[in-house]
Amino acid sequence: MADDSVFSAQTARGLVHGIRRGAHTAREITEEILAHVQNTNPDINAFITIDEEGALTAADAVDQKAAEDQALGPLAGVPIALKDVLCTKGLRTTCASRILDNFIPPYDATVVTRLRQADAIILGKLNMDEFAMGSSSENSHFGAVKNPRDQTRVTGGSSGGSAAAVAAGQALMTLGSDTGGSVRLPASFCGVVGLKPTYGRVSRYGLIAYASSLDQIGPFARTVEDAATLLGVIAGHDPRDSTSAHVSVPDYLLACQRGVDGLTIGLPTEFFGEGLQSDVRDAVMQGVEILEKNGASIREVSLPTAGHPAFAIAAYYIIATAEASSNLSRYDGVKYGFRDEAESLIDMYVQTRSKGFGAEVKRRIMLGTYALSAGYYDAYYRKAQQVRTLIRRDFDRAFESCDLLASPVSPTPAFKLGEKLDDPLQMYLSDIYTVSVNLAGIPGISVPCGISAEGLPIGLQLLGNAFAEETILSAAAVVERELAL
Amino acid sequence: MPVSKDDVKKVAQLARLDFAPEEEAQLIDDLNRMLEYVAALDQLDTTEVPPTAHVLPLENAFRDDVMGQSLDRSDALANAPLSGQGHFRVPRVIE
Repeated sequence: MADDSVFSAQTARGLVHGIRRGAHTAREITEEILAHVQNTNPDINAFITIDEEGALTAADAVDQKAAEDQALGPLAGVPIALKDVLCTKGLRTTCASRILDNFIPPYDATVVTRLRQADAIILGKLNMDEFAMGSSSENSHFGAVKNPRDQTRVTGGSSGGSAAAVAAGQALMTLGSDTGGSVRLPASFCGVVGLKPTYGRVSRYGLIAYASSLDQIGPFARTVEDAATLLGVIAGHDPRDSTSAHVSVPDYLLACQRGVDGLTIGLPTEFFGEGLQSDVRDAVMQGVEILEKNGASIREVSLPTAGHPAFAIAAYYIIATAEASSNLSRYDGVKYGFRDEAESLIDMYVQTRSKGFGAEVKRRIMLGTYALSAGYYDAYYRKAQQVRTLIRRDFDRAFESCDLLASPVSPTPAFKLGEKLDDPLQMYLSDIYTVSVNLAGIPGISVPCGISAEGLPIGLQLLGNAFAEETILSAAAVVERELAL
Repeated sequence: MPVSKDDVKKVAQLARLDFAPEEEAQLIDDLNRMLEYVAALDQLDTTEVPPTAHVLPLENAFRDDVMGQSLDRSDALANAPLSGQGHFRVPRVIE
């Protein structure tokens, strides 16, 4: 679908500057983009909830500030939308699940508070795989998200709405969450930039939990610079999230200008093996060549455990489902959400959960409960955590000799809607190049690096050591500038 | 060690879930395929390897025990499917 939004060429910085010098008002921008969302959403289905009133109120507040010559925040007037896994005070937050269909959070997630403080305009809430469990954004109570580049194809998941909204010009930037690749995969499939920050870089207060040792909130944008701007707004320690790190927030925008001269970039052999489609490999290598031409040196590295598809996927699905089975025990029909009435309390729990959760969520709760149950804990959960240590050691070793690692995001471009729905294991394998990154807690980005034989976007994955987001952004910006896709 | 129908019933009970017979058959099949897949981990020798529960070198995050703002009771109850007299209401538990 062609993007006919007037903001297609605008960056956040340009937009804010335009408001400052009176070229346009926040209300004009917001009205225009809301109209575009209303026109395009029936096709794309990226939005679950559109908050016209809230967006226009926020826009008027920005315009008033500008009229009074008050200081404007770094995202003043910038239209942003949020994956529906982030709590928004007074605005329905569903996690794309029937069980939270009517949930109105009494508080904002910390990232939402920070967006409001930065004067961003929040347009609404975005579709996703239910409880962020999926790789295609088809497991939604509100129907599948369609890829704006080809509406017969998936967006990737689980943050499919977040990627699609940016690709379709329905928002300048969005937030998603990444537990095993859920920001990077849809960014790659929809041809936008998506960044998964280091574990602990961004507060998760108000992020509805899936797998707590893996979940991280990340930005989507059209450009690397915008992703950097958004990361700068949401990053930093938060006393309300005890797992958020006490690490200062650098100037990410400045990092985008740094270049890659003198960096060493490793290519993990295992991520270029069997199953990788040839046009995907070609596009990724085109990105790598650009980095080399700009002064980076390229070398091969090996990630024997982290790069082994079976090991990474197996450890991931045990740990993620075990944590999910515990996190999702809170949905019991008592405090919020859907309830199915029954005579006894236990029956009420069972019926509420059985009718409230979709098939994939129940499948993962079952696998996780099984892996944690008496007699199996050591064989599955403990074993997976030990393998997780081996995966971390692989990355530690690689980063002794490399500043960054480069790889594909997924072995293929966006697949057809429905293609993998009946085969959970095939679906899980979409994430073979992304899950080990979450197990190691390191940051990664997907930046567009080419177009497939069928005309579909392909993403280059760049991985850095913990808290090396600046290095990732500097390299991604070089690829983006040279390719001008 | 394939998952049996009894295993699924037991795990479903632990997870407070209930499945129709045809869902149950599909689930047994799915779980067995996944467990067969994750058995790959047995190829790795992890005898001396400590488990990773968490990637950050974090100790307990303490804070001072001071009173702060909390949710109003009415806000906390606003989403409850059933409430009354300042409480969440559930089916009778004690006869």
